[in-house]
Parts: sequence; C-alpha cells; structure tokens
Amino acid sequence: MSKEIKIKINGIEYFGEPGETILQVARKNLIKIPTLCEHSDLEPKASCRLCLVAITGRKGLFTSCSTLIEEGMEITTESEEIRRLRKKNLELLFAQHIERCNFCVQELNCEFLKLAKEYEIDIKKYEDRKIGYPKLRFGPSICFDSSKCIDCRNCLEACEKQGVGFLDLENHNSFLEVTPSKNPKRDCVYCGQCVLHCPTGALMEIDSIVQVESALVDKDKYVVFQIAPSIRTTLGEEFGLPYGTDVTGKIFAGLKKIGAKKAFDVSVAADVTTIEEAEELIERLTQKKTLPMFTSCCPAWVKYVEFYAPEFIPNLTTVRSPQIILGGLSKTYFAEKDKIDPQKIIVVSIMPCTAKKYEITRDELKIDGLFPIDYVLTTRELARMFKRNNLDLALLEPEKGDTPWDEPTGAGIIYGASGGVTESALRTAIFKLTNGQKIGQLEFKNLRGMNEVKEAMIEIGEIKIKVAIVNGLGNAKEILEIIKKEPNRYDYIEVMACPGGCIGGGGQPLPTTDEIRKLRAQGLYNIDEIKNIRLADESLIIKKIYQEFLTNPEIRHKVCHTHYSIKQKENNF
Amino acid sequence: MNDLILKLKESKLTGRGGAGFPVALKWESVINALGEKKYVICNASEGEPNVFKDGFILENYAEEVINGIVLAMEIIKASEAYLYMNPDYYDRFEENLKKIIEQRPIKLFKKPHYYIAGEETVICNLIEGKRMEPRQRPPFISTVGLFGCPTLMNNVETFYYASKINKGDYKQTRFYSLNGQIKNPGVYELPENLTISEILKQTNNFPDFEFFLQVGGGAVGEILLDKELDNQAKGAGSITVYEKEKADLYQIMENWADFFLEGNCDKCTPCREGIYRLKQMIKEKNIDLLEMEPIFENLEKASFCALGRGAAAPFRGLIKKILK
Repeated sequence: MSKEIKIKINGIEYFGEPGETILQVARKNLIKIPTLCEHSDLEPKASCRLCLVAITGRKGLFTSCSTLIEEGMEITTESEEIRRLRKKNLELLFAQHIERCNFCVQELNCEFLKLAKEYEIDIKKYEDRKIGYPKLRFGPSICFDSSKCIDCRNCLEACEKQGVGFLDLENHNSFLEVTPSKNPKRDCVYCGQCVLHCPTGALMEIDSIVQVESALVDKDKYVVFQIAPSIRTTLGEEFGLPYGTDVTGKIFAGLKKIGAKKAFDVSVAADVTTIEEAEELIERLTQKKTLPMFTSCCPAWVKYVEFYAPEFIPNLTTVRSPQIILGGLSKTYFAEKDKIDPQKIIVVSIMPCTAKKYEITRDELKIDGLFPIDYVLTTRELARMFKRNNLDLALLEPEKGDTPWDEPTGAGIIYGASGGVTESALRTAIFKLTNGQKIGQLEFKNLRGMNEVKEAMIEIGEIKIKVAIVNGLGNAKEILEIIKKEPNRYDYIEVMACPGGCIGGGGQPLPTTDEIRKLRAQGLYNIDEIKNIRLADESLIIKKIYQEFLTNPEIRHKVCHTHYSIKQKENNF
Repeated sequence: MNDLILKLKESKLTGRGGAGFPVALKWESVINALGEKKYVICNASEGEPNVFKDGFILENYAEEVINGIVLAMEIIKASEAYLYMNPDYYDRFEENLKKIIEQRPIKLFKKPHYYIAGEETVICNLIEGKRMEPRQRPPFISTVGLFGCPTLMNNVETFYYASKINKGDYKQTRFYSLNGQIKNPGVYELPENLTISEILKQTNNFPDFEFFLQVGGGAVGEILLDKELDNQAKGAGSITVYEKEKADLYQIMENWADFFLEGNCDKCTPCREGIYRLKQMIKEKNIDLLEMEPIFENLEKASFCALGRGAAAPFRGLIKKILK
C-alpha cells in the first residue's frame, strides 16, 4: 500500500500517489488540462507549454505534465493569466502548422483543432512559418509532411526509444528540426511508432486507398481483402465502440459492402505460420541448429535485424508472415480451386502496421512472378475508406468471412498481442512433441501482458524450451546484446517492434496508449477463450490445406518460407 | 566546517556566470548531496555577445582557474572535472591548459557554438552525449547532475576568485567587459560595488554624447539610459555603450533576435516561435507593443528555461526607453 498524497486542485481535495504528476491526478479526476506533446509512452518533455498551472505559494507557472505532486500542494488549472498564455502558445503553434485538415490521419479526432476551438484562437493570426517545407517519404510506408510539424519531437523520442534513431535534429535556418538521419548506419524500419506519437498528423502512413478503390471498380480485377488478427479489436474505436470490442463480423460485412469479392481472415494463415514455425523450432532444437530462433512475422523487426544486426539473420525463422502466406495461398490454392486467373487477383491486406507496406514489396516473396499481396491498408485507412463510403461499422450486421479462409483457431487470433505467436507455437510444439497424443497446456498467461521482456521455460518431456518475448524494438536491441554474451540463454525469441505487439502497431487508431493497448489485447484473448478450437493443428482448414496443397516440401517452401539478406540504407535524403 | 567554505561565506562571493547565486551555498549543497561519484564542471562557454572576460581570465590567469577547480574537487570529493569551453577558447587555450592540468583528472570539452549549450543542464546533456536540450528542474544539478551524479558547476571567474579567496587574496573585485562606442574597450578588474557611472569614469570611458547602455550581457542584458547609471553592473558584468543618435535600433533588435533564434534549442513554443514572430515584426519595422507584449509575457512566464524567460527584457527595454 503506497502512501497517498493529498493535494487540492481548484479548491477540491484529491489524492495521488508518490511519483504522480499533477496532470496524471487531474486526468484521473476528469479535470481537463490541455496538452499536445504529452504521451504516456514518453518521458514528459514539457515543450508545448499548454499544460501550465499555478501552484499556491510558488512563483511562476508550472507544466503539469512534468511537475510531481507534493503533500498539501494547491493547484489552480484555470485563470485569466493561464488562459491568455495557453492561447498565445496555441496561436504560435498554429503559426508553424499548415492545416491540411481534409486529408489528415487525425481525422475528426484532432486534439490540436479542438483546442483551437476551446480557446477561441485565430489559427491564422500569423503567417505560416513552414510554407514550402518538404514532404518526405520513408520507404513505401510513412509520409512526413514537415510543414505540419510543431517541433514537439515526440517522433524523435519514439524512434530513439525503439532503438532505431533514424530521426535526428538538424539546423535549418536557425531552427533545429526533425530530419531523417544522414548517417549511413541509421535507417527507418517502418514501424510507424513516430506516427502514433505525432499530435498533429505530420506523420502518417502512405495512403493506398486510391489504388484500392481503382482496383475495386476495375472489372478485370478480382479484389480479395484479408484482415489481420489484431484489427478485429481495434477498428471499432474509429466508430466510437469501446476499446477491445470484437468487430470481426462487422469488418467482413463492411468489406463486402465496399465491393470485396472475398473477405478472408489472416488468422487462418497465422495457424499455418504456427505449424511451420513450431516444426522449424523443433528441428533446430533437436538437430542443434542455429538457436535462439527469432520470430519473423514483424517486418519492422526483420528489417531491423537485416540492417542493424545482420549477424543474427540466420536466427530468423524462414517462415513467412501470416499475411504473406495467405496472399500466396489465395493466388495459388484458392485461385486454382475457384478457377480464377491469379494475375487478376488483387489481394488487399488490412494490417495494424506501416511496415507491412514495406514487407509486401520484397522481391524474394514472389510466387510464380506474382507478389502475394498487392496493397496494404492500415486499420486507420480502412476506417477512412469505410467513412468515405458512409459506412458506420457500429451499425453493420456482422457477416461471416469467406471460405476457404474464414475460420481461424484461437491460436491464430492471439497473434495480434505480444506473446501470442509464442503461445500459439508452444501449443503446437507440445502437441507435436507428444506425437499428437494430447492437447497440452493451452494458456500461458505468464507470456501475456505489456511487460517489455517476458521470459519463461517450458518443459515438454525431455525437452526444455527457454523463451523470451520482447515488445518494443528498443528492448530487442538489449536482448541481442544479452545473446551475444550468453548465446545459450534462450531457444526461442518473439520480437514485436511495437509496444504490446500488433495491437499497438504503427497503423492502429489514434490515440494509442498503454491503457488502450491492454484493452485491445484483452479483446483478443477473450475471443480465443471462447473458441472451440484453440490449437492450430486441430483446425479443419489447416488439416485440409496440408492434405490437399501443402503436401510436399517444395510447395511448402515456395508458399510458406523465405530468406533474408543484409540491407543497405534505403532512405537517403 | 571546511576552511575554504568559511572563507567563501565571509567573502560573500556570488557566481559570476550571470545568475549571481551565493558560491558557498552552492558548494555546500554539493558537499551535502549523496552520491558515490561527484563532478565539477567549469563553465567557460561564455557565449553571449559583448561578454569576453572569461576568455581574458583564461588567457592571463589559467593557473588560478585550474587551482580553483582543484580546490572544488577536493572539497566536494569529486573524482573528475570538466572544463567546458566554447570552440574559440578551446582552440586558443587548449595547449596551455593541458600543460597546467598535467595528469589531473580534468577533461577539456569543446562546446557546440549554440548559446543554449552554456545552460547548466544542457552542458550535462552534451557531455553525456545527449540532445542539446535543457532538463526539467528540479532535480537541480547539485543533486542530480552530470551522469546523474551531484555536480558543482561554476563559471571561469568564480573558480578564479575561489582560488584567490583561498589564498586570502580577494579584494571584492570582479571583471567587467566594456565595449561599444567607448575609447578604451577591454576587460577591467574593479571593485564589485562600483556603480556603472563610476566604472565608465574610472576606465576613462564615460561618453561625451547622449547614450544608452546594455548591461549584463549583449543579448539578455538590461537596457539603461544615461540617467540610470547609479546601479552596479549585474549579470555577466558587461557594459556596452551605444550612441543614442547613431544607433540603428532595428538592427540591434534584429541582431538579438537572430542571436536567440540561432542559439536556442527550439524545444519550447514561446522561445522558438515567439522570438521568430518578434523578429518578423522588427524586420518589417512594425513595432506595436499591443502585439508584442503578449509574446513578451509568454516568453517570460511560459518558457522552459532561463534563456527564453530572459529574452523579452532587452526588446521591451529598448522599445519603451529609446524607440518610443
């Protein structure tokens, strides 16, 4: 029981805990203090200067995001003076931000614009300082419109926290501004955490909606959509549904309405990934091949290894990520069965991720000359697309996904949360190592949750599997350092570049905070818990596909496996 | 109590970097701070226009300065010290300083040219290899400073006088940088209780024309009229004389704005955007206090660090006292 601290805010008594800031206590008690640069993932920077408050008996004003509460503190959050200063700061911030509100990742949720209204400021009081500032593209994934940047540096800190450090400060005409690094040893891995931490929409995904819309009206194309595991408990947020709400059926319904020929579930392919990956793990363990084995379903992590730590390339599992496997299966197995020319099939993936836009461009993934996936839309883009078509997800009647990729196991669904891939693989590994005799332990609750590094040892008969689960690339960097010193410490390591795994992905709805990530993950675990089939091997679809199509090593290799290579810097400005 | 701390107390020596904090108090707080390791930093960043006395001291009295640093290290039990210098001083004095330092654990550090790089928490960040931004205070560097350890930071002149005080050789003087429209510009060591008027007279610099002054730093220093000379020279101890008839007031203000814009860290809104807007108004010769005063207020009350908080005063002073 920690000691409580008694404070007063605007004359009313509240209690907080040691280490809490004024802002945190105010928020818990629904007292609004305006902020822009504050984000729960990052240390307070106190740079926007909007959250100023007064403290009785102390000279000057204080930023509530960075001031810790103290016993007996009396805080005033509103006064003529405070309002005047906030207004001036807002005017100055708007003077450097070019409004492109009609096309902005912030959509109708823009806190910046809301504050302009609340404080009744003139957003055009000063001439825009950033006229002519460039728009930069980071690979096929992220667009940085520097004329919308308010210099809060959240993106830079998020990028540093990821251990990537692609964003730097550079002096441009006396202003130190966020710029992609010129250092040849720094490159973007496309995780999109910068996007999630940008308060003004200066960073957003490179939009593919137009291309998808063109494909949809092209009579010569056969457009199939496929949805990632995690988006089923996040897309609802964009339509006012509570965090973590399962909207799987509603998404399928919406996709049909916008013209999808088929709406598939990537979680089915996650079950394939699980089977292949568990097999590879067992093989590496029993034949003493390169260990620890790393997961590879996170494309930002893969790029990180290829660029920053290529000595670990042999550790990456060769299994393709679920979206790539499903796209491949759609253009082979499904095309053949439904007698569709694979050249005409356009596969659109709905992903929680900006790095997935990069993953699909990898040449080595081509099957018979075709890329498995044609376009990736982020969760946010799909929301935009639905809204453009006047579809309110909340009002849609749920529909089923389409065969043959309609019914995943619970294992395929929890892929969307940190620990999910490992948990799924362990379910299968136990099944396989006991020769399919029994379904062993299903839930590995110690592998779940938002802790940055989770460790466990699983004993299956003679075999002991030491696993580590890492979320947040910055932590992965540390794990690699550990492995260099202790190569035998782990057998299997799951890395998801984004905090919390894909439910915290760079393509997910704004805002994304620690609290929100927990609710999104819980939503996935709730779906898994009530699934009849929670083990990939038990899936009827999986059994069928291995009986009918993935029958020999060559075809399995072609559709389900890949290779990696050292990467040179791709983003030079 | 330590002998030197007692002497420092009796001397009433205050920090000569500009803030004027009592030196004995600062040293004591670092002595009392808990920490396995402690650091001393001598701040020789001297980055403001028209202030050049630390450079003069380093050129002429480097031994005293190093001796002051060594005394501080002994008293606070610091295992290492840094002499943090602007690029010009670094290049000019490196060789001589290294000779004096010999094998002592005092490292020279070359600062980037930015003015903000002389702010004490920024100095800690830069030595640690971090971003050039000030840190939130509290904690103060006397408890959590360089590499998270208690840190004593004073400027060159302060260490020089600490050494003099230790020898019983301090005569309540300080160093003044004098320049502008005067006959005998330079650095002068004079009693600290002299008025500005006396300083100008004793150095044979009192103008025979109508003038105004900037005192305490060539950017953040106070603007004074020739009838306001009965005070002591505060801040970094600089006096710059302008001939009222001939001075280009817009150019002076634009130079300040450019200096701040170039020298700040661009972290907080008031300093980054507020000063930019002031500059635009000055460039357009559009001096409207109704428009400027809210920006001044914002700088003074809402800036993150002292640079922004101090940036408004010279503009306001010049506009109110001279321009209008």
